[in-house]
Amino acid sequence: MMESVEHQSHTPAHAHRDDTASKIGMWLFIFTEILLFGGMFIVYSVYRFNNPTAFHIAGEELDDFVGTLNTIILLISSMTVAMSITAIQRGNKKHAVLLLYATLALGIWFLVNKYFEWGVKFEHGLYPGSEFLHQLGHGDTMFFGLYFIMTGLHALHIIVGMIFLAWIIVYIKKGRVRQDKFIMHENAGLYWHLVDLIWIFLFPLFYLIH
Amino acid sequence: MSEDKHHISSYSSQIWILVALLILTIFTVAITKVNLGPISVTMAMIIAGMKATLVLLYFMHLKFDQKIYRFMVTAVLVLFFAVLLLTFFDYYFRH
Repeated sequence: MMESVEHQSHTPAHAHRDDTASKIGMWLFIFTEILLFGGMFIVYSVYRFNNPTAFHIAGEELDDFVGTLNTIILLISSMTVAMSITAIQRGNKKHAVLLLYATLALGIWFLVNKYFEWGVKFEHGLYPGSEFLHQLGHGDTMFFGLYFIMTGLHALHIIVGMIFLAWIIVYIKKGRVRQDKFIMHENAGLYWHLVDLIWIFLFPLFYLIH
Repeated sequence: MSEDKHHISSYSSQIWILVALLILTIFTVAITKVNLGPISVTMAMIIAGMKATLVLLYFMHLKFDQKIYRFMVTAVLVLFFAVLLLTFFDYYFRH
């Protein structure tokens, strides 16, 4: 059963492996994520349409610099994941693992920035259900409610993505992900890119458009 | 057929995609700093769409993978935009 390990191509090495189906499964899961965040983007648009002034003023509270920095961090991390897949396909285990460690480091950096960013908001009395927000009114409450829910859920996805990638590192070291068997690595990469994809839209909507 | 030869993206091509993404990011930040009014929202969304397309095609490998994945992603995006459009028709004509 396992004698075709040296198989160079992407075709199933034995009867129980179907990489195409595996990837379709990952994409189907990604679609549920796109529609989950998509639904929240629609909610954001509608509330912005109904409360243009409040959203405009509340948006200026957010720190453009941190937003831009985190965007750059995520874009670079997306590249390192894509490169680690290239490395494993070329049979370079060492590069693949190093690039995944780099991705994890970037993910942690992103979360640290997020921690300080939220910390400042909390200090200013801006957190869901706060007295200060209540005084500011409906529009601001909606803006910050959406801000915390959407960036919070996104940060949760960063954590899940990092666990997924750490798991791939272990699998590469054990030889369960390798040059002729990397579908799991590709799927973990897809998940990480999804996290980047969502941020690409969160960033202008919350940090840039005033 | 397309499964026999798996396309491997080169490191250099991935670096170029990153450069393109970073340039687009700087461009969005710049364009929203200059106050263009309502156009800046549209511009920011168009640029975000361009960045998302680059990530989907190159990093997520849709350009090189089998057509089935591209077809599925397109179908989901069409569904999303249909829902967005219908919601906006509803809110726009409600007042």
